[in-house]
Amino acid sequence: MSAFLEVNNLSVKFPTPDGVVEAVSEVSYSVKLGETLAIVGESGSGKSVSNLAVMGLHNPNSTIISGSAMLNLPSGPIDVVSASTESVRKLRGSSMAMIFQDPMSALHPYYSIGDQIYEAWQVHHKGNKKEGIKRAIEMLELVGIPDPNKRVNDYPHQFSGGMRQRVMIAMALINNPSLLIADEPTTALDVTVQAQILELIKNLQKEFNMAIILITHDLGVVAEIADRVSVMYGGRIVEDAKIDDIFYKSDHPYTLGLLNSLPRVDSEINQRLQAIPGQPPSLINLPVGCAFATRCSFNSIPADNICKTTLPDLVEKTAVHYSRCHLSSSQLITARTGA
Amino acid sequence: MEANRHKLGLDVPVLEQWWRFFQGLFVGRTYAEDGVPFSCPAPAFGYSFNRHECVTTIVAEAFPITFSLAIGAFVLWLSVGISLGVLAAKNKGKIADKMSTAFVLVGTSLPTFITGILVVLFIVLKFNLVNPLELGNWANPFTDPIGWLKAFFFPCSTLALAYAATYTRFTRSNVIETSSEDFIRTARAKGLSEKTILYKHTLRAALAPIVTIAGLDFAGLLGGAIITEGIFSLNGLGKLSITAVLQTYDLPVIVATTLIASTFVVVMNLVVDLLYAYIDPRVRK
Amino acid sequence: MAENILELNDLTKYFKSKGQGVFNRNPGLVKAVDGVSFNVATGETVGLVGESGCGKTTIGRTVMKLYEPTSGSIVFDGEEISKLSYKKMKPIRSKMQMIFQDPFASLNPRHTVGTIIEASYLIHKVKPAGGTKKTIQELLERVGLNPEHINRFPHEFSGGQRQRIGIARALALSPKLIVADEPVSALDVSIQAQVVNLLSDLQKELGLSYLFIAHDLSVVKHISTKVVVMYLGKIMETANTAELFSSPKHPYTKALLSAVPIPDPVIEKSRERIILKGDIPSPMNPPSGCVFNTRCWKAQDICRIETPKLLKISPTREIACHFPEN
Repeated sequence: MSAFLEVNNLSVKFPTPDGVVEAVSEVSYSVKLGETLAIVGESGSGKSVSNLAVMGLHNPNSTIISGSAMLNLPSGPIDVVSASTESVRKLRGSSMAMIFQDPMSALHPYYSIGDQIYEAWQVHHKGNKKEGIKRAIEMLELVGIPDPNKRVNDYPHQFSGGMRQRVMIAMALINNPSLLIADEPTTALDVTVQAQILELIKNLQKEFNMAIILITHDLGVVAEIADRVSVMYGGRIVEDAKIDDIFYKSDHPYTLGLLNSLPRVDSEINQRLQAIPGQPPSLINLPVGCAFATRCSFNSIPADNICKTTLPDLVEKTAVHYSRCHLSSSQLITARTGA
Repeated sequence: MEANRHKLGLDVPVLEQWWRFFQGLFVGRTYAEDGVPFSCPAPAFGYSFNRHECVTTIVAEAFPITFSLAIGAFVLWLSVGISLGVLAAKNKGKIADKMSTAFVLVGTSLPTFITGILVVLFIVLKFNLVNPLELGNWANPFTDPIGWLKAFFFPCSTLALAYAATYTRFTRSNVIETSSEDFIRTARAKGLSEKTILYKHTLRAALAPIVTIAGLDFAGLLGGAIITEGIFSLNGLGKLSITAVLQTYDLPVIVATTLIASTFVVVMNLVVDLLYAYIDPRVRK
Repeated sequence: MAENILELNDLTKYFKSKGQGVFNRNPGLVKAVDGVSFNVATGETVGLVGESGCGKTTIGRTVMKLYEPTSGSIVFDGEEISKLSYKKMKPIRSKMQMIFQDPFASLNPRHTVGTIIEASYLIHKVKPAGGTKKTIQELLERVGLNPEHINRFPHEFSGGQRQRIGIARALALSPKLIVADEPVSALDVSIQAQVVNLLSDLQKELGLSYLFIAHDLSVVKHISTKVVVMYLGKIMETANTAELFSSPKHPYTKALLSAVPIPDPVIEKSRERIILKGDIPSPMNPPSGCVFNTRCWKAQDICRIETPKLLKISPTREIACHFPEN
């Protein structure tokens, strides 16, 4: 089965008074229907910026986008990057939908949630309001909002954070999109509510057979629902693999470092964490060579100081497992077990 | 002396004087002048011994003029101010934006008396648009719209200029700020057109605060625009009050105009609060 | 120094909430903290955990007397401070300090790092030995910053570095107790570990006691000796860290632990998950009886009627539940 979304060499640049910021640099990833791809990274990694470009949500006047993002629709493939703004607009909310991090501010405070969900349906359908509201109520029921017939007339401020995120999901899925991009959907929620929302997303994926891109910094959430993972750092993909490979056989020092530095609820108590030294790079002054080199404990292993001088390519180190690192497969195995 | 005091009703305790005034507002009042009683119908604001008329009549003549001025200016400044503000926000950084900034600067720096005099000298007189002797003549807008326009177009524009400038600036910054809100990004993610996003989502949120300010500005004008009325020879409440204060020392008139002006402001405060609750459901809670 | 650096006894903090409509009808009472008792032993870290509306941040601020307690007692280093006036609190404040969650908002952007830390000395009229500047530079070094950056402004630092500045500021007057309110939640994951380690090191070095407020149970496990679990203003369970994580007795604690995602796919897929139904109720309208009853799978009638008391079931464990787990 071929992918529904194929992003190829996507770059996103912002001209700023301090220079051009290359937020996303030649990034490629893909996701199939029914599959969940987690894009993991910290702030400044480019994980949100690249997916906003896929949705066509950047300001065309202040963003330079190159590369391609192909949606393989039943009616034929379309490249979001080169297509007209109007054709991309038609895809938004219908073939591909996005939900965001903060459900508190993502809904318009002055309109009822019924009106807002109906609007999402109405912009892509020719139908009357009665039909649209009926669909909205169906969706509210599907996402687990109790008493949907009454709640459909309520305003966003009358819902809790978890409920608002469910409303966002209802709004995103009302037109049966094939791709759902979820940008940190549970970060702003309490942990017991987070568990509910993740379970809801998992169930809805099965029901709608959607491709899901989950953007997050939380590796625990990744472990819960992802099938494949792309790790981003400094605007580039540094590792791309199936979920078990990422967690148990990582081929990149950044991922390894991240996994080792995480506090875990099932760890030994009062254990000292293995922190990664230093800070994430500034996107205006990206270092020459590997962006992670200054923080990497293995940067002296490859010969000739190559980590600091040459950017490594994204290479398939083992089957369907890509890594952007100068270390060889065997050196990485040592790094994993030794570190 | 005593006779005068009695005639003016000043020989009774203050509380009773106030009560008589208050009653008069609802049922009318009788005033004694030269021994001949004179009745003023409700609402009786007082009797101008200066002009030998019930103040109510005087005010009733002046009010339509002030109201025309206020409403004309209001409509003008809202339409110009908001559209220019939206235009500037949409074209942020470009020529249209820079030009509207210039407009804002001019509008907020020029005081009404300068603008008014400039308009009279360089537009009205120079191009002979209105007969200077006819300036300030009242014409009923329903029966004589041209006459009404002749009398009110220039004063309304003069008055509107300063307000329009402020509203342009306000609208521009609000629209820019609202455009970066998360719910606008959600609207875009749903696939709404930029036009729908602007008019249905952005403006509604950005302009809500304007309701309060516009209402109060309008209420303030209902009490009279002293300078503008003066320059354009309009006999509105503003001219009435300033004359009563500076020239004729006509106390009943001063009391009446002050009372009317403050009533408008208080009522408008309530109206604006209710309107805001209608717009913003969060306030209704 | 006393055995317990901090003792809270039946502490409450209620806030008046605005009434409804134009005429302020039915003003309510938000019982943010409703009868909380626990101790922080000298040199230990107590992790205070809970979700939104549980009252943990309010406790932190009330302990620091940033809010005046509605009732109850706060004993700091052997001294009852709950009723002390603002003036009388001042000398005590140098011994209890706070670190805040948002490294971007808690530092004055117009002050240099040096000025920010110096303020502590100026306010308490302390002249540190060796000179103020030198002492500040030593503090910066101790928290892992370059002492030469003493004249830089907050915006010139990253989030993690700003949090270190906040820690340096808290350490300036050699406090005995530090109340850390979500000190790492706003930081990137790779930086969180650095700051947690720093706090841990400083505790060993300086004999500090921490009240560590967090919603992230995984972080709490790494730094606390004892954990207090809160829900809607009340304590659900108190236990030492090892016990709480290995055998939680309160249904809420169990659900909370079950909800925390573990970065390990094999474990995640084989875990028994408890998914609670419904939302966290609003603290303005808490459920009657046991505040957790609306979401508890074990709730019976008595839970809706009678609020369970916080009972000591072992020397190290307290629990407020009518039907604790075995």
